[in-house]
Amino acid sequence: MQFEAPNLIPVAPEMFILGLACLVLVVDLFLDDGQRIFTYALTQLGLLFAIFLTLSVGQSEAQVIFDGSYIRDGMSDVLKVSVYIVTMAAFVYAKEYLKEHGLFKGEYYVLGLFAVLGMMVMISSQSFLTAYLGLELLSLSLYALVAFDRDSKTGSEAAMKYFVLGAIASGMLLYGISMIYGATGAINFETVSTALAGTGMENTVLVFGLVFVVIGLAFKLGAVPFHMWMPDVYHGAPTPVAQFIGSAPKIAAFALAMRLLVDGMMPLHSDWQQMLIILAILSMALGNVIAVAQTNIKRMLAYSTISHVGFIMMGILAGTSEGYSASMFYAIIYAFTSLGAFGIIILLSKKGFEAEHLDDYKGLHERSPWFAAMMMLFMFSMAGVPPTVGFWAKLFVLDAVVSVDLTWVALVGVFFSIIGAFYYIRIIKLMYFDKPINTQPLVANMDTRLTLSINGIMMIALGFFPATLIAVCVKAIGS
Amino acid sequence: MTADWPILSLTTWLPIIGGVLLLAIGDKAPNASRWMALATAILTFVISISLYCGFDSTTAQMQFVERAPWIPVFNVEYYLGVDGISMPLIILTTFITVFVVIAGWEVIQYKPGMYMAAFLIMEGVMVGVFSALDAMLFYVFWEAMLIPMFLIIGIWGGPNRVYATIKFFLYTFFGSVFMLIALIYMYFQSGSMEILAFHDLKLGLTEQIFIFIAFLLAFAVKVPMWPVHTWLPDAHVEAPTGGSVILAAIMLKIGGYGFLRFSMPITPDASQHLDWLVITMSLIAVVYIGFVALVQQDMKKLIAYSSIAHMGFVTLGFFIVFRIAANSDASGGAILGIEGGMVQMISHGFISAAMFLCVGVLYDRMHSRQIADYGGVIHTMPVFGAFMVFFAMANAGLPGTSGFVGEFMVILASFRADFWFAFLGATTLIVGAAYTLWMVKRVMFGNVANDNVRNLQDVNQREFIILGSLAVAVLVLGLWPAPLIEVMDASIINLFEHIKVSKL
Repeated sequence: MQFEAPNLIPVAPEMFILGLACLVLVVDLFLDDGQRIFTYALTQLGLLFAIFLTLSVGQSEAQVIFDGSYIRDGMSDVLKVSVYIVTMAAFVYAKEYLKEHGLFKGEYYVLGLFAVLGMMVMISSQSFLTAYLGLELLSLSLYALVAFDRDSKTGSEAAMKYFVLGAIASGMLLYGISMIYGATGAINFETVSTALAGTGMENTVLVFGLVFVVIGLAFKLGAVPFHMWMPDVYHGAPTPVAQFIGSAPKIAAFALAMRLLVDGMMPLHSDWQQMLIILAILSMALGNVIAVAQTNIKRMLAYSTISHVGFIMMGILAGTSEGYSASMFYAIIYAFTSLGAFGIIILLSKKGFEAEHLDDYKGLHERSPWFAAMMMLFMFSMAGVPPTVGFWAKLFVLDAVVSVDLTWVALVGVFFSIIGAFYYIRIIKLMYFDKPINTQPLVANMDTRLTLSINGIMMIALGFFPATLIAVCVKAIGS
Repeated sequence: MTADWPILSLTTWLPIIGGVLLLAIGDKAPNASRWMALATAILTFVISISLYCGFDSTTAQMQFVERAPWIPVFNVEYYLGVDGISMPLIILTTFITVFVVIAGWEVIQYKPGMYMAAFLIMEGVMVGVFSALDAMLFYVFWEAMLIPMFLIIGIWGGPNRVYATIKFFLYTFFGSVFMLIALIYMYFQSGSMEILAFHDLKLGLTEQIFIFIAFLLAFAVKVPMWPVHTWLPDAHVEAPTGGSVILAAIMLKIGGYGFLRFSMPITPDASQHLDWLVITMSLIAVVYIGFVALVQQDMKKLIAYSSIAHMGFVTLGFFIVFRIAANSDASGGAILGIEGGMVQMISHGFISAAMFLCVGVLYDRMHSRQIADYGGVIHTMPVFGAFMVFFAMANAGLPGTSGFVGEFMVILASFRADFWFAFLGATTLIVGAAYTLWMVKRVMFGNVANDNVRNLQDVNQREFIILGSLAVAVLVLGLWPAPLIEVMDASIINLFEHIKVSKL
């Protein structure tokens, strides 16, 4: 492995985020509780700089470095920038909540930055080892974040559950990787892929390897039947942490699926396609149906995430570049939509009160018409009703599966999205048609208000003009 | 022909922008909001009139075409245009919206600005549905229509509004998602999202049947046809008067329009193959739903069922053409059927709007829609009584009113298809007269039923203007339908020539 400057430039953003995380950790030691705002500002400025850094090291052609175990390409640039933006917004939403709940600590940002680093490594991985390293870095940071409110019983329970199940998933993934290594003698994707093209599915070890890798991936994505951790984690974690878990890591999980399945095991496409079809259909079915029965909005959003993961997988299983760009678009849009929906939950939660129950949303329109309108946009976008951008995300994915003659999968997908529409419009019903229990208007700082407004208006603005973003995704996949 | 002014875009976006501005202003100055809404609605109507004036009725080509790329990656375009089928429906939309705004003037006290905004946005979106020539653009408008209506019924509706509006939303959403898949499928067959390209797309019979069923799900729910009509009575009963008017006068027409623009020209062979299905559903709507209307206790529900029966005539008129074309060379009969359906749609737009507005007038005074609570209203409200009786006659298809023209044309055409179609269809003249006139008898005539009725005030100036204008429209269309038929003639002949040719 050569550590020379030309080799290091493509990973400059990663090195920067690593340095930033360490810097934040150290600086925070010298600050007292009143000065935590500096930690926050430093983190945000660092992420902002990372956007420019990533864009400036970006080139049109892909660069593979470190002996083929790391890649910088169009997809990684776009996804990394999305991750930074989503994380920055999540930190803005989280600030007041953390202050009120006595959680405004420097460690929150350190863990957050390490999670971002983990996601970046996942996004850029070009060998099974880097993919695994990135995934573990992300997961370990998230386990700690879920347990961030040390005194919360549900939080600790959720973290424990998440940790145990996450460890099993990692084990599965490693097991699968070891089998693939055994069958092909390589761990970097290019070599594996070349070797697979030669052997095909003759090798039983390879079949097992593939199955275990897909299981590990499904765990991380939260696809049915490996979804059980998600509702508990969303429910138990502090709301800003649930927001973070529900947004940026979905982008990274999409990238991981792309790297493992498409870059690494494309010759086995027809085999993993069938597994993904089953996972996608089960996720959409179970996620949407169970979400209807939830009375806790965080659990409802967890099940809704599961169903959206089904849609993301639908694009990947198509196995065409249209499908990948459609899924990429979907993952990015989903991250922003989920971000906003959790933003409203955070806004409604006050000291000692979590706005988790659906009834807490009653009459929100009377209390704060603007925020209610934003929540309505998020809900319509999740349901996929035009003119919100969620519709285009669904459309592009459906387009992709119909183009490979899997029209029946598309039909199943839209059928379950009708069921999905019910629980999204139930939120709108509560906000608009019911009388408020508590008539106090919501109070929000200028920064939260602004972020939420941009986030909400984005749903409709991108709905009117989706062309640029989808073109970016198509270009990113094509490079 | 490309217009100098983007008239279709103006008609679509002006009300939407007006609505968004109203939302931005909020409810600080309700009166200013009302005037602004009225000004926007009237301006939109005036602009839409120029569609009629500048329309070239000798050609079936799309006119006032506007085209711009929208999402180049997927060949989705911002492509608008009208022909003789969609143009009258656009003018109907802008015309009715003016009255909806006036009808909600004093009645709506809860957030009037938002109420008006919802209707204006609705108007723009519906005009978009009628003028879109790109399938995705059409679908976006088609679905976007649900949002304002969902809120209108849910916020300003009656006691059981939540149930009604969610039912409305889910029914229509259910119908339309399958159409989406059909559109995507055709996109891959033709490589383009243009609706007109779909018209010329060659499709096998099996494909056509699947596509036809997907369209049927979408449009049958919207029309609504028996047996997927059950959302309509609920939605109508709970919706505020304006909502009922828009639902009955325009939204139902979008289903009928969909048959003409999508089902019949895109899948002519499947339409011919399955015309028995649509004709049966239409006749059940005409006959059975007519009897259902007879036993209703609630005036709005009665009119809702009568709307379903009348819309049955529209779909009957459209789908008998295949039988007529097979029976004889007289294509005149077939064209008569489609034109009759179209006239029936426009006429029903006026009449159902007027009927719902009449019920609204009574409801605003008595806060009851039960027929049993009324009686002898004509003694205390003579002017209103005259209007209501007139509209009831029109609803029953009295010659001289617009209600007669459409029904007569359809019945005449169905004679050429099959005697029994005509026979069953014609029963509506009896049943329709029975339920409408019986309701009018119980509400209007007889002795004054109770003190509430005794204290009723007759229509004020605002209500007089609305009902008067609609009465004029009903009469003009009834006595002199020629201008309307002339406008759509070329387009309908073209449509008929197109569907006669098998795609197999």
